[in-house]
This record gives sequence, C-alpha cells and structure tokens, in this order.
Amino acid sequence: MTRRLLGSEHAAGWLFVLPAVVLIGVFGIIPIGWALLLSFQHNDLLTAPTWVGAANYRELVHDPVFRDSIRRTIIYTLLFVPLSVGGALGVALFLYRPIRLSRFYRTAVFVPVATSTVATGIIFNWLLDPTYGIANFLLGKVGLGPYGFFQDPDQALYAIVAMTVWGWLGFDVIIYLAALQGIPQDLLEAAELDNAGRWGTFRHVILPLLSPATLFLIVWSTINALQVFDEIYVTTRGGPLHATTVLVYYLYNQAFELFHAGYAAAVAEVLFAITLVFSIAQLWIGNRRVHYTS
Amino acid sequence: MPLAAVMLLPLVWMLVTSVETLAESRHFPPTIVPSGIHWENYPNALDSAPFGRFFANSLVVTLASVAGNLVFCSLAGYAFARLRFFGRDVIFIVLLATLMVPFQVTMIPTFLIVQHLGLVNSLGALIAPNLVTPFGIFLLRQFFRTLPVDLEEAARIDGCSRLGVLFRVVLPLSMPALATLGIVTFLWTWNDFLWPLIAISSTDQSTVQLGLASFQGAHQTRWTLLMAGNVVALAPMLLVFVFAQRWFVQSIAATGVKG
Repeated sequence: MTRRLLGSEHAAGWLFVLPAVVLIGVFGIIPIGWALLLSFQHNDLLTAPTWVGAANYRELVHDPVFRDSIRRTIIYTLLFVPLSVGGALGVALFLYRPIRLSRFYRTAVFVPVATSTVATGIIFNWLLDPTYGIANFLLGKVGLGPYGFFQDPDQALYAIVAMTVWGWLGFDVIIYLAALQGIPQDLLEAAELDNAGRWGTFRHVILPLLSPATLFLIVWSTINALQVFDEIYVTTRGGPLHATTVLVYYLYNQAFELFHAGYAAAVAEVLFAITLVFSIAQLWIGNRRVHYTS
Repeated sequence: MPLAAVMLLPLVWMLVTSVETLAESRHFPPTIVPSGIHWENYPNALDSAPFGRFFANSLVVTLASVAGNLVFCSLAGYAFARLRFFGRDVIFIVLLATLMVPFQVTMIPTFLIVQHLGLVNSLGALIAPNLVTPFGIFLLRQFFRTLPVDLEEAARIDGCSRLGVLFRVVLPLSMPALATLGIVTFLWTWNDFLWPLIAISSTDQSTVQLGLASFQGAHQTRWTLLMAGNVVALAPMLLVFVFAQRWFVQSIAATGVKG
C-alpha cells in the first residue's frame, strides 16, 4: 500500500513538472551549454558550423570596438544605477508622505513603467531632436544648449542615460514605496521622541530599514543596465561613430546583422562573466552592510 | 510638481504633436498650442502600417504566454511545493539556476533551436519559449507553501485526485499569486522587443513593438504621423495600467520585474 502510494506520488510529481521541465530544458538549459559551444565555433546561422578553438576569444582581446563597448557599458551602468536608484529614493520619500494630489503624482511617476522601451525611444527621438525638439527649446530658456543629443558622439550615451532613467524610475519608486510602507510607525515616532530630527531619522532609521530594498535595486538595476539594448536600437543604433555601441548592441550586431554568431557567442560569455562578477561583488559587499529586520 | 511635469512631459508632448500639422511640428521654437486639433494624423498613421494586425499578433502571443504560465507554473509549482518525487530538489535547483543566466547570453542558440523547430518568423517562435518561466514556478511554489496543508489532505481523503486538489482547492486560494504572475507576464510579453526582433522578419507576424519600430524606420522625421502611431500603440497598455494601477503596482512590488 505504502509502495503504491509512494509510486503514484513519484509519477504524479513527474507528470506535473514534465511540461515545465521539457520547455525550460529546450529553451533555457540546452541554450546555456550550446552558447558556450558556439563561442568556440565559426557559425553564420545558416551553414554548418566549424570548430575554431579559442580563436573568437583571441580576436576579442584585440578588437577595439569590443573593448570600447565594454567601457561604454560600464560608464552607462555607473551613471544609470546611482541616478535611477538615488533619484527613486528621493521621489519615494516625497511621495510617501500624505500630500495633496499624491495619487496624481504617483500615476505620473508610474506611467513610464508601462510605456514600452520602443515607444520611449521614439518619443525621445522627437523630444531630443536637435533642430525642432522641445528639449533644446526648454534648455534654451535657461540659457543652455543647443545640444545635438543622440546625434553628437560626445553626448549620445548621456542622452541614453537620461532616457532610460525616465523609463525605469517608476519601477524603483514602486519598490521603495512598498519598503517604506513596511517601516513600523512606532519606530518613526520613537525617533521623533528622541529628537532625532528629520535628517537623523532618515540617516539612522529610514535608510538602514530600506537597505534590503536598496541592495535589491542596485543589483537588479545593474543587471538591466549591463543588458541595455532596446532604447539604443530605436534611437542611435549604436552610433554616432559607435558612441552608444554597448555590449548587447555589439552582440546583436555581430550575430544578427553580420552573421558572426560564434564571435557574438564569445561576446555573450563575456557579458555573462561581467554580470556574474558585478552581482556577486554587490551581494557580497551589500550583505555585510544591509540591515535585515527579522 | 516640477517632478510630475518632467515625468509627464514626454507623454504629453507626444499627444500634442500627434494633433499638430506637419508644418507646425517643423518649426522652432516649437508650437506649444496647435492651431487646431488635426485628428487626420491618426487615420493617416493607421493607413500607413497594419496596426490592427500588430495588435492581434501581440494579443495572441501575450494571452498564450499568460495562459501557459498560469497552467504550467501552477502544475510545476505545486509539485515542487507539495509532492515528494525522485529528483525533485535537483530539478528545482537546476531550474532556478537558469534564472542567473541573462537571456542575451543564450539568445543565439535559442534562435538556432527555434530555427530547427521550424518556428522562425511565426508567432510560435514568440510563444513557445515563454509558455513557462522558472520565475513563475518559483513564485507560485513559494505561495503554495504558505497555504495550510490540512485542506488539501482533507480533499484527498474525500477522494479528490491530485489534479483536483490543485484546481479545486489550491488555485482558488491562490488568486493573489496567480494575478501577480498573470499581470507581470502580460506586461513583460506585451513590451518585449529583442526576442521578436530576432525571431520575426515579416510585417504580418510582427508584434506591436516590432511594428512600431519599423513604422519609425519608414517615416523617419514625420513626427506628427510617428507620434499619432505611438499613441495608438501605447494607448491600450497605458489605459489598462492607469485603471488597474493598484494591481500593477502591487504585482511589480511583489515580484520586482519590469517589462
């Protein structure tokens, strides 16, 4: 009896997970191993691949566009992460207090979250148009510009940062607001009784209690920043003069425009390594500084 | 207030431009208040790209992905949460480990696999890899584990099958988690761009995002037409979002995923 029951539980368990295991196996697990194999091949996505050993990686080391794409990806990440996470913290602290029109403000901040990256790119192409765009008009009012934005190699990457911070801010604010709602009111009242002051309360009560959310947002934003692609494809296509060719753009360009799939797979492995190193380092440093409440 | 202005300016300016004349849009300083409301940009935009087709394609792909995730993640999540079977923990860890590998790293072989399956340039290429996600399995498993096991045991003793327990007892109690998974999958699939860009090559198989990108490519600087098309493409998602904001926000806060 026990054996039969156990047996049926094994069978039921396997039947339940079977669709997931097959689908994730085919589209999730096999590609991981295959991606590594590909990086040692010459592959044009059509004809039979050939083995080239470590040639792709050797070529990468001497490829100036690749090296610059890593540099640009890291510059982008180092700007995007603090601006979006730090900005969101400020916005969340402002929206957290009951203020007039707070529902309207929240909607204004959240709406870009539902705006697709493609639509965002097209809108910013227009806002940042050097000749007719409203950005140059408004900045001109305060005595700045005019700027070339996406069309100026020295500004394009920063324009991408501004656009993507706009698109992502609301997401970070949502996470921060949820974390702020979790702060027990009596802790804030205790701080007030101790005359901690607004800065003291923020520095010694709120900030430590938000630290798990901050760590999550830093890790998650970094992963996403290292993978930025859509907004660049829609606006600058990696230009002008490669000024916005980040890692994933280069990967896409090599694999699906130039059909150097093996070479692109080597780029992908480097992306994977960089992502892992960043995530592990952040979690390692972060976990020693994060304050978890039980 | 300045903050709300900065956040809303891009969308408001899109709306304003979408009802201007082409001459008004090609003027500096910009025409803040258009001479009249020029609705004709909208029919013009709808005539110059098959938006209806794009919406139908996106809807098919999104609904199939949402349905697939709800069914397959429920089945697997329940098995991982409640059933004891050979290899369970190993499989679970392997599935979770795939979450650590970014899609961009595996997209080339995924394309080759889809090519082998003969799915390239069909909606199947967009649906098949998204029918089930390790993330969804993990989310539901965690939720199922918080439910009291007594109810399920009682149902079993009353002669209910395991599938019956899942569908008649567990899932009705799991509506918040299922709603979260459904909303997040919806947002993610609807706004996905990179994979459709790789897997689809023809206009009649394009999703809204893909169609929008090629619409821009075809009408470079006709900003009035482009903004009208953009409004058309964005409106349904933004309306759903604004009206169901609470659910969207809760789902995002619960899962930490943005499309």
